[in-house]
Amino acid sequence: MSLENALAARIRRLRKAFGTRLVFDAFELDVARGERVAILGASGCGKSTLLRCIAGLERPDDGTIVTAAEIGIVFQEPRLFPWLDVRQNVAFAARTDAERARVDRVLALVGMVHAAQLMPKALSGGMAQRAALARSLVRDPALLLLDEPFAALDALRRIELRAAVSEILDFTRASAILVTHDVDDALVLADRVLVLAGSPAEVVFSARTTDTAVRADVLAALGVVEHGTRSRRSALR
Amino acid sequence: MRSRHERRCVGRLVLPLALLAAWWAATAGGAIRSYQLAGPRDVLRELGDLAQSGLLWRDVGASVERVACGFAIAFVLALVLGSLVGGSRRAEIALDPTLQAVRAVPSLAWVPLILLWLGIGETAKITLVAIGAFFPIYVALVAGIRGVDRKLVEVGASFGLSRPALVLRVLVPATLPQLLVGARLGLTQAWLFVVAAELLAATSGLGFLLTDGQQTARTDEILVAILLFAACGKLSESAMRALERRLVGWTDTVPA
Repeated sequence: MSLENALAARIRRLRKAFGTRLVFDAFELDVARGERVAILGASGCGKSTLLRCIAGLERPDDGTIVTAAEIGIVFQEPRLFPWLDVRQNVAFAARTDAERARVDRVLALVGMVHAAQLMPKALSGGMAQRAALARSLVRDPALLLLDEPFAALDALRRIELRAAVSEILDFTRASAILVTHDVDDALVLADRVLVLAGSPAEVVFSARTTDTAVRADVLAALGVVEHGTRSRRSALR
Repeated sequence: MRSRHERRCVGRLVLPLALLAAWWAATAGGAIRSYQLAGPRDVLRELGDLAQSGLLWRDVGASVERVACGFAIAFVLALVLGSLVGGSRRAEIALDPTLQAVRAVPSLAWVPLILLWLGIGETAKITLVAIGAFFPIYVALVAGIRGVDRKLVEVGASFGLSRPALVLRVLVPATLPQLLVGARLGLTQAWLFVVAAELLAATSGLGFLLTDGQQTARTDEILVAILLFAACGKLSESAMRALERRLVGWTDTVPA
């Protein structure tokens, strides 16, 4: 099955179970070309499983997943090969001369040219994650899968890398699916925010991030009650 | 003021020098007879004599050759069997229990059988060395393959690497540190077993020097053999460590 030009990923009737636990049943999702979708949800709601199914790391029990030919993936941990330096790690995924020629470009894109010769053990968490990001970009993917890529970073590194990813997505015009716990990551990076919940998981909330009031709605969909909201005040009365 | 490095070097030399002095004093004064313990000068002279007659090189060469052959055989066998057992569940079920049972036998207990089957020639000695060197390498390799970070394998898989490419580009480099540690232990074992093999029956080798010294009550000859064993063992271990530093210097662990 081929993908229409307007789509970067299409998921139809996805079914996935671990043992007796049904994570997805008849789950559907379209990601438009160039669109950035953030998927939020509580731990264990299936958002990482969804990403792993799209990446081909988990086998769906049923249904179809069709994606753009080239996918890049960034995990929560950098997962650099410790026996290769930064440049070799980035070049690991390159298959053609054209892709090998991109190695320096993507290193520049993530701001790691100066560290290209360093071994992974010499990198800080933020630098290692930048190198991993560069590696995921080397094949010029039309779809970037981001599995909580900032979760292991401290607050400042998180903001820095988030801005870098945002710029890179603007620049490469790749589609992205971001799985995250963090509402602000989702609002900064994504065009559309989905909240997954339930078992099997379903989309319980979906909104475009252009709507400025969306943050409170996302939090409400995640079951977060902020102090000072009207509902809380009325509950207290 | 002396540097810390210099002070440490001096500190390391104190005990060996004291022992050497005690040895010299005990033997030079005649308190201990030379058939009980030869003095440092006798040992040095014996070393010189052996070197001049060419017997030294013959014996060192013979032992090194046996260690090298036995170790090479053990390494290849461990590589094949370890890869099978580490890489395939079915091979593990078929092979590992038997190998573990054989491993439980103290390796020197095979000596009588080896002598009966293979006689007292080179084959028997090399076989014994190989048995000694095999298990450390095999065990380390299997553990190394088991211990490969599944997350790194997943990265390879996410880039669509074929099974052979995954083995070559991820599993082999990830396993190499453990394999080299196993090889270093295996080499130490090989030296241990060459002593045993040469003590049993040999007409050359450092172990032969030991038995020859014992039978003729020449403690200087025995001590020369012991010193040469120590030197050979130390040299081969240093070589293995250098190889480890060169090949797997990327590991993020405190060197053992």
